[in-house]
Amino acid sequence: MTELFRESIIVKPYERLRRDQVEHLDKASMAILADPGFWCFNERAAKLYEQHGATVVDDILGSARCRRVRLPEGLVREAVAKAPSRLVLGARNPANRLVLDAEVPRIYFGSGSETNVWLETRMEDFVSVSEPTEKIRVPRFSELRGDSALLGRAARLCDRLEHLDFFIRPVNVQDPGITEDNHDVNKFFASLNNITKHVQAGLTKLERLPDVARMAEIIAGGPEALGENPVISFIACIFKSPLEMVDDTAEKVFAIVESGFPLVISSSPQGGSSAPIQEAGMAAQINAEILAGIVLTQLIREGAPVLYGSVPVRARMDDLHDLYGCPEFNHYNNDCVQLARFYGIPCYSTAGVGDAKRPGMQATFEKMLTHMYMAMSGAQYIHYAFGLLDRTNTFCPVQAVLDNEQVGKVKHCLRDPKVSEDHVNDAVKMIRKVLSSGNRLYARHARKAIHSGDVSDPYLFEDKGHDDRVIEKASERLAELDALPAPHLDASVVDAIFREVPGILPGLRTSA
Amino acid sequence: MDERELIENIAYNVIQGRVEAEDEGIDQGLEGQPGVTELVGQAIEQGVDTRRLVLEGLSEPMEKVGAKYESGEYLIPDMLAAAECVGAAMDLLGPKMLEAGVESKGKFVIATVHGDLHDIGKNIVAIMLKGAGYEVIDMGNNIPTARIVDKIKETNAPFLGLSALLTTTMRVMSEVIASLQENGLRDKVKVLIGGAPTSGKFAAEVGADAYCRDAFQAIDVLKEMARS
Repeated sequence: MTELFRESIIVKPYERLRRDQVEHLDKASMAILADPGFWCFNERAAKLYEQHGATVVDDILGSARCRRVRLPEGLVREAVAKAPSRLVLGARNPANRLVLDAEVPRIYFGSGSETNVWLETRMEDFVSVSEPTEKIRVPRFSELRGDSALLGRAARLCDRLEHLDFFIRPVNVQDPGITEDNHDVNKFFASLNNITKHVQAGLTKLERLPDVARMAEIIAGGPEALGENPVISFIACIFKSPLEMVDDTAEKVFAIVESGFPLVISSSPQGGSSAPIQEAGMAAQINAEILAGIVLTQLIREGAPVLYGSVPVRARMDDLHDLYGCPEFNHYNNDCVQLARFYGIPCYSTAGVGDAKRPGMQATFEKMLTHMYMAMSGAQYIHYAFGLLDRTNTFCPVQAVLDNEQVGKVKHCLRDPKVSEDHVNDAVKMIRKVLSSGNRLYARHARKAIHSGDVSDPYLFEDKGHDDRVIEKASERLAELDALPAPHLDASVVDAIFREVPGILPGLRTSA
Repeated sequence: MDERELIENIAYNVIQGRVEAEDEGIDQGLEGQPGVTELVGQAIEQGVDTRRLVLEGLSEPMEKVGAKYESGEYLIPDMLAAAECVGAAMDLLGPKMLEAGVESKGKFVIATVHGDLHDIGKNIVAIMLKGAGYEVIDMGNNIPTARIVDKIKETNAPFLGLSALLTTTMRVMSEVIASLQENGLRDKVKVLIGGAPTSGKFAAEVGADAYCRDAFQAIDVLKEMARS
C-alpha cells in the first residue's frame, strides 16, 4: 500500500522572487520574531518557547494579559530544520494518498473553507418582452443553510471530481442537533462516509480529538494502519494577525501534534488591515507567524509532520472585505510558496476563490487568475480551489463542477513537456512521412496522442451553437454526478463508529 | 492466414487506421505488423473473393468507425485514418473490383479554386469520399477554371467539389459554374462547394447544387443526391 499515491503533475515552478529577495524576506521575518516578537495568549506554549531559549515577558495587549515571546534566530532555524520535508496524507482509497515533498513541486488541488451557504442552481425559461417567440434559459439561484447532509453531498461530489485531490469541508454543519461538542465527529463522519480521498478539517473542540482519532482508526484499520495511512489531518490557524498567538488554538496544536496527525499551521492576514498591503511587509509578517507556529510544533515533538499554511489575502479598499481575484493575492501567495521551499517544508497554499457571488464570467476570471498562477508556483497543496463564491462565504456545487474542468485544464497546461531526443526523432520521422504523402495531413498521426489523453479535449461546457450555455451544461453534469452511487463505508465500519464514537447524528447513519 | 482470418485482420486494421506496417494504431504494440496495404496485397495474391473483402474487410469496419464517431468515442483523425486505409485498399484492388462487380459510387472531381493555395479541408473531403467508395480525382489547389472544366469534360464525372478558404477566392466558384454552363456541362454535373467563408446562402447565390459544412455533410449530400 505504501507505494500507492494519487497521480499529479510536477511543474517547473515559476518563481517571482530572486534568491536574494527570498533571503531579504527571511531576514525580515527573523527580525520581526526577535523584535517585536509576538503576543502569546497560551501559557504552555510561552513556557515551551522559553525553555528553548526564547525571551518571554509578561505583557498586556489591549486589556488582556499575555506573554510577549521573542524568538532568537538560532532557535527558529534549528526548529524549522527539524520539520520533515516530505509527508504523506492518507485516504480511504490508498490510491488517493498524497505525497507532499518540499523538494518536489508536485501540485494537488482541493476544496476548502467552511461556508454557511450552499448555493443551489436551477434553470428557468424566460420569454422576450419584445419578441414573445424568443425564449432563453437563465440560471436562477437559491441559498440553503449548510448542514451535515449537504456536507455529505459535497463530499460525494468531490469524490467524483477527477481533478480534486483532497477534501476540506466546504460547508458548515448547522443542523438543529449540532452543538459545539458534537461538531467535530459529525463533520468528520459526514465527510469520511462520502469520500475516498484525504479529509482535512479544523478541530472545533479539543476534548473531541480522541473521538475523531478513534473514528479515523476504525476506518484505517487500527492505530498502526492509521499511522501509515493518516486518512485525516488537521488545520490550525494559530495566529490572529498581526502576531497574536491564540490560546485555544495553541492548545489544539499541542494535542494534534502529540497525537501524531499531520497538521497545517496556517495564517491568514489581510493586506491593508491586519498586515501591510505592500508585498514585502505582508510576506515578512505572515512568514513570521507561520514560522513561529512551526517552531512550536517541533518543540512539542521533533519531526512532527507539518505543512506551511499560507492564506494571505488583500483587503478591498471600499469596504475592507477580503479580495481574492487580484494580482496582489498572487504576489503574496507566490512569495509564501517560495519561502516554504526555502525552509524545505511542503506548502499548503490557496487559489480559486471567486469574489463574485454567483457563477459567471467574473467568477471565471477571478478563479482562472489564481488557479493558473498558483499552480505555476509549484505549491504542493492548493486549497479553496473548488466551488467557492462570495469570497469564502458560499459553496456552489455547480461552480465546483466548473472549477473541476478549469483545474483539469490548468494541470494539463503545466504538464512536463514531452521533448526528449526520442520525441524529437519520432517527430522528424512523422514529418518526413506526412510530407511525402499525397494529402500532407497530420490528423491520422494525432490518434495515439488523442486516445492516450495527451491531447486535451475542448472546454467541456461549450455549446455547439451561438449561445453561452455553460451554467446549464454544468448543472446537467452535476445532476449526472449526483446520481452516481455514494462511496459509503462498509456497514460494519459504520456500526463500529456509531458504537464507539458518541454524538453522531442518527440521520447520517448509512447501511451500505 | 485463411480467407476469413485475413479479412478479419484487414477489418481490424481499418478500425485501427493502419495503412501500412510501420503505422501505429490505437491499440499498443502494432507497429511492424502488416497493415491494410500489406494484408490486401496478400489477399490479392491468395485470390480472396474481392466482393467479400470489400464488404466485410472495408465497408463494414468503416461503418463501425462511423458509428463510433457518431457516439463521440472516435474523432475526425480516426475517421480519416480508417478512410485512408479504405482508399489505399481500393487503389490496390482497382480493376479487380470491376471484375467482381463492385461498383464505384461515382467519379468525384475535387479542387481548390484558382488563387487559393489552401487544401487541408479539400484533402480531408477527398480522403473521406474515397473511403466512402467514390472514385476521387483530386486536382490539387490553385486550379484555373478552364482546367477544372476540361477535367469534367474528360472524365464525365457526375460530381464536382470546389473549395476555397479566402473571401477573395470564393467568388471564383461562380466563374467555374458559369464556365460549366457556357460549355454545356452544367446539367451533367452536380457542384458541391465548401470552405470556411462559404455558406448555404452563398451556394445559392453562385448557383451551386449544395453547400457542405464538412466532409460528413458532403457524404450525406451525395447520398441524398443518389436517392433523388
